[in-house]
Amino acid sequence: MFQVNEKGFYGKFGGAYIPEMLYPNIEELQQNYLKIINAESFQKEFRQMLKDYVGRPSPLYYAQRLSERYQTNIYLKREDLNHTGAHKVNNTLGQILLAKKLGKEKIIAETGAGQHGVATATVCALMGMPCIVYMGAIDIERQKPNVQRMKLLGAEVRPARSGSQTLKDATNEAMRHWIGDPKGTHYIIGSVVGPHPYPDMVARFQAVISEETKWQLQEKTGKENPDYVIACVGGGSNAMGAFFHYLDDTDVKLIAVEAAGLGINSGESAATSVLGKSGILHGSKTLLMQTPDGQVIEPYSISAGLDYPGIGPVHAHLYDTQRAIFENATDDEAMAAGKVLCELEGIIPAIETAHALAVLEKIKFNPSDNLIICLSGRGDKDLATYMKYYG
Amino acid sequence: MQNRIIELFKENKKEVLSIFFTAGFPYLDSTKTIIETLEKSGAELLEIGMPYSDPVADGETIQMSNKIALDNGMSIKLLFEQIKDIRKTVEIPLILMGYLNPIVQYGVERFCKKAVELGIDGVILPDLPIDLYIDEYKDLFEKYNLSNILLVTPQTSDTRIKMIDENTSGFIYMVSDDSITGKTGQLSEKQIEYFNRVNAMELKNPRIIGFGISNHHNFSTACQYASGAIIGSAFIRAIHNSNDLEADIKRFVSGILKPA
Repeated sequence: MFQVNEKGFYGKFGGAYIPEMLYPNIEELQQNYLKIINAESFQKEFRQMLKDYVGRPSPLYYAQRLSERYQTNIYLKREDLNHTGAHKVNNTLGQILLAKKLGKEKIIAETGAGQHGVATATVCALMGMPCIVYMGAIDIERQKPNVQRMKLLGAEVRPARSGSQTLKDATNEAMRHWIGDPKGTHYIIGSVVGPHPYPDMVARFQAVISEETKWQLQEKTGKENPDYVIACVGGGSNAMGAFFHYLDDTDVKLIAVEAAGLGINSGESAATSVLGKSGILHGSKTLLMQTPDGQVIEPYSISAGLDYPGIGPVHAHLYDTQRAIFENATDDEAMAAGKVLCELEGIIPAIETAHALAVLEKIKFNPSDNLIICLSGRGDKDLATYMKYYG
Repeated sequence: MQNRIIELFKENKKEVLSIFFTAGFPYLDSTKTIIETLEKSGAELLEIGMPYSDPVADGETIQMSNKIALDNGMSIKLLFEQIKDIRKTVEIPLILMGYLNPIVQYGVERFCKKAVELGIDGVILPDLPIDLYIDEYKDLFEKYNLSNILLVTPQTSDTRIKMIDENTSGFIYMVSDDSITGKTGQLSEKQIEYFNRVNAMELKNPRIIGFGISNHHNFSTACQYASGAIIGSAFIRAIHNSNDLEADIKRFVSGILKPA
């Protein structure tokens, strides 16, 4: 009941609300993606690359000092140790292999924090394919190291200057590019958003996260299932990857953490499940922050990767059916949680990831609970923001 | 009440000049003046754009007009208020063009009912593809006799064009591939092939060509391959910052209809 149906919907959400100009590309993906990614030869190549190039499996690490502090058992899924420093590469590697099978010659992508942009530029370099990444002009400023990495990897970074000049606008520009140049171009969307089949396709590539945590937790505790899986949600790809293999195990509680920015009621927030209602953006029906007239509201978060006015349609469905618990963390709460991880565990988390960690202060877990927190990315890219905040 | 779009194309009508503009641009209260002046100047079909914050299928010019219109305070509600007496002065078919989300928030049935009451004849919603239209909204649009006009492109398959033709009314909006404008206004072999292919399909709906038409020359060229053509961005540019809308609109339309 949590998987996409044949028309691309998760309950009331999803679908492919696309201009006719994109129909041939989307239809091509819809008709081929499962066939391609389920083929044995594809899986073999994908798995081998995840192992040798990305460095998977990523460790499941028992965070002892953090666990002591919060009087519970915390396991960190170390996606930050992947090549390029975040979970994003699981998806870009899968999509570029798929794009090759479809005979595509050019890659475009959008990026918020720059992690998806870097992961896309990386696999394009690996496969020798030209790459254009759209990034909000504001994000280009606040995530400079990632812009420099993309350029070094040979990608062209194009600033999106419309709207709030962040992730939503970068996505608009990437879609516009695709509409104007659909032939031979594959758009690597970085999250479980966009028209069907993107949400499902990205979820399947990220599902390796929970596939691994299942056997890793078994090895460590003798139990396959934790009590909680916790992840931050912007569009929601690391959360979907961390939740995927637990969706039908309803004894596992899933916690999705959104960015509350300066506070839910401050007017400067990105907590879509609280502030949004059903609407259509970037090709799918989902929960969306919007005015009563249906104009999309510019979100705000200190973290560029969570600064998005929607969530993936699958998350809208998990919210609607109450399969997942939706929490949120403000800028301040996330920054504090990030610092705690630095000091107790010697791990600098991405500010996106720090939002997931902030839940530890908000929910009282039992001493016997096993928690898996998806440590989706490392914080090197956020040094400037951390330094400014703790100046 | 007959649908005016269907009436317009009844007698194998040719060389229909259709103009797109954004409601609330360049000024919040420009809407009525633009509609009335366009009709007087010789436009025979109008698309009134309902501005949206995220117009992904539009280029820079129309993005700009959308933003200015929203900053001016335009909304569907206000637009309906502004055109409530439009049928007292204007006879040509009027179409509303916009993205799905503002209409869904307004309420799709409420929107159809109100639009038809005010004398609107059709809608163009670029992010509502034919499949979802049939599943979700077709019955509603037909109940209110509101034409839903869909786009086809050079990449749209014959099967899909037939499906669009069978399930819509009014006309089919043929998107020309690379802009017809070009420097010379010449059509490429490929474009001609595409127009001829669609024209040979014996569709029930007439076709109008859009995207990239900006002057008399490429308007007449496009009209050789369809019942008319739509001009959007070039018109938006012509009235941007206009101090005399009526004069600027008349000059623009006569420039399109007559050779310079």
